[in-house]
Amino acid sequence: METSFALTGKGYVLIAADTTAARSIVKMKVDEDKIKALGPHLLMAYSGEPGDTVQFAEYVERNIRLYQIRNTYSLRPSAAASWVRRSLAESIRSRHPYSVNLLLGGYDVASHDPHLYWIDYLGTIAEVPFAAHGYGSYFALSLLDRYHKPDASLEEGVETLKRCIAEVAKRLVVSPGTYKVKVVDKDGVREIEI
Amino acid sequence: MARRYDSRTTIFSPEGRLYQIEYAMEAISHAGTVLGVLAKDGVVLAAEKKVTGKLLDLSSSKEGGYGGSGEKIFLLNSNVIGGVAGLTADANSLVNYCRSAAQKHLLTYNEDIPVELLAQRLCDLKQGYTQYGGLRPFGVSILYAGYDAHYNFQLYHSDPSGNYSGWKATCIGANSGTAQSLLKQEYKDDITVKDAVGLVLRTMSKTMDSTTLGSEKLEFAVLTLDPETGAPRAKIYRPHEIDALLLSEGLTKKDEDKDAEMKST
Repeated sequence: METSFALTGKGYVLIAADTTAARSIVKMKVDEDKIKALGPHLLMAYSGEPGDTVQFAEYVERNIRLYQIRNTYSLRPSAAASWVRRSLAESIRSRHPYSVNLLLGGYDVASHDPHLYWIDYLGTIAEVPFAAHGYGSYFALSLLDRYHKPDASLEEGVETLKRCIAEVAKRLVVSPGTYKVKVVDKDGVREIEI
Repeated sequence: MARRYDSRTTIFSPEGRLYQIEYAMEAISHAGTVLGVLAKDGVVLAAEKKVTGKLLDLSSSKEGGYGGSGEKIFLLNSNVIGGVAGLTADANSLVNYCRSAAQKHLLTYNEDIPVELLAQRLCDLKQGYTQYGGLRPFGVSILYAGYDAHYNFQLYHSDPSGNYSGWKATCIGANSGTAQSLLKQEYKDDITVKDAVGLVLRTMSKTMDSTTLGSEKLEFAVLTLDPETGAPRAKIYRPHEIDALLLSEGLTKKDEDKDAEMKST
């Protein structure tokens, strides 16, 4: 089942999401990218109702890009997260709400620090040092609680992430096979192999 | 025939001019002077009050509010101070619009509105009034002194046409040309707030019509960063604080100096 993790470290945010696209009990695809780069220093992992996820992620992506075109600079991670939260809070009060959960990580180029936001389909937001969505979160959060260090290097962060992925693979009945991992830091957004 | 292109804002004259806009700008050049100087660690605004008199009730500016008499200098948001020149009634309406726009941004993004974005919001409104039929443009120029994390301290000016521009030091209202040339001579790029306060007050004292410089004719505000929290701190001076400042800058009432000279001779 769908799982995503994220954690902050010294000057970066790491985000991982599984790559399966499932319909009912069938795996339709195993190389789906569920992490979008919303800007030069902003990443968003999305999960939830298939269809809603892509629709909402593209809506967010286009709006954040529009802000960047209009103002030349991008929204700061906190402002982007607040805007996304508000969109979901308005959505849940509409006739057809989006059912999408998000992890939003970014590097604030104005204050030079990483930020991670846990957002769910109800419009809840929490700024956290590490976060997870989906069934994997039941296994990963305890590990992240034990091993997360706010000033860990990227290598240490990746090691912690690997622990989470291994644990989910070992214990979860319906564990996803592969993950995509992206990192955002002062140099921008990039994908890393694990 | 000359009136053919004057009566409506929407019509270009054959020379390609919009007279109503030019008249609005003319109205501003008779208004009280507003002067702003951008320093490396803050922004300073000063304004000349036109509506004065012994019988005017100033109790609200002395006691209530956040400082200022409510005529020239306003707090637009916690990170932006506005100085207005022109029709006071128009200005009040625009100040109200600014505050709404700033709060709307805060509601949507949970951050203070970037200064340039606030100027843009207001200029969109002003520009609309130069185009849509039957309406008079706002007879107001505004100086925005603000801070945001993107560009730090900033000073913007907007005029009735909806144009806006960023400045290191500028002046609007009566005698703005004189003030600007004085500022051009004296401004230095690495000026501090402390020096900027002096520069602003000296320039104001040279450009204002009245011989006296005191709290009854002057409004004054400074935007700096709080040394502890790093958050922008807007301070609009109260009348007694302005008088104290003028005293400490050695720019207190000239009449008294003259009186002193008369007595000594």
